[in-house]
Amino acid sequence: MIDYALLFAMGCLSLALVMNLWRLLRGPLLTDRILALDTMAINAIALIVLAGIRWSSTLYFEAALLFAMVGFVSTVAYCRFLMRGDVIE
Amino acid sequence: MIVAEIVISLLLVIGGLFALVGSYGLIKLPDLMSRLHAPTKATTVGVGSCLLASIGYFMLTEQRVSVHELIITLFLFLTAPITASMVAKTFLHRNDRVKGDLPPTNGETGWATYDPAPGLKDADAGARKPRDASV
Repeated sequence: MIDYALLFAMGCLSLALVMNLWRLLRGPLLTDRILALDTMAINAIALIVLAGIRWSSTLYFEAALLFAMVGFVSTVAYCRFLMRGDVIE
Repeated sequence: MIVAEIVISLLLVIGGLFALVGSYGLIKLPDLMSRLHAPTKATTVGVGSCLLASIGYFMLTEQRVSVHELIITLFLFLTAPITASMVAKTFLHRNDRVKGDLPPTNGETGWATYDPAPGLKDADAGARKPRDASV
């Protein structure tokens, strides 16, 4: 039963990633693209965690943690660059 | 055992559906301020329940408690509001025409992010001069 639920969740997350990609390519404003990229990072974390369950390995958590940190830092850096014209003042 | 499997499967299905709904809201809602609501709430719930399912799964199969998921959950729950705030602030500062639509407040401008920093006008002008002269 877990296998089917896992497949369903992975399908949902893949579809969600495609939707985010559509917003990333289409988004009328730069801030829309930043938001789409941040959502993509979050969905990718969920997908990596599900892959860890699928192959029952704990190696994937480090990858998920790295995605979480790099996603957050890059989003804040993009926002600061757009707002102030500089990342570190 | 079978109860634990049902709970884990339910968590997985809920997580997938929430992530899907959040991303659908991202492409469906009309403008950025509405779009902010969908992913920052829904995908956080989605990822949270996926991580809970992962904790449950490794408890069920390997009889041990893993704290990796808790770290990721904590980090995501701490950073999601900061990200949303930064995106909203960037949007407000890059689009001056939203200023006219803001409701009246007691401050100079509609929202506090447009106001100058408190005490910056007088204090900083005095404080900056000697520093510039010394350089």
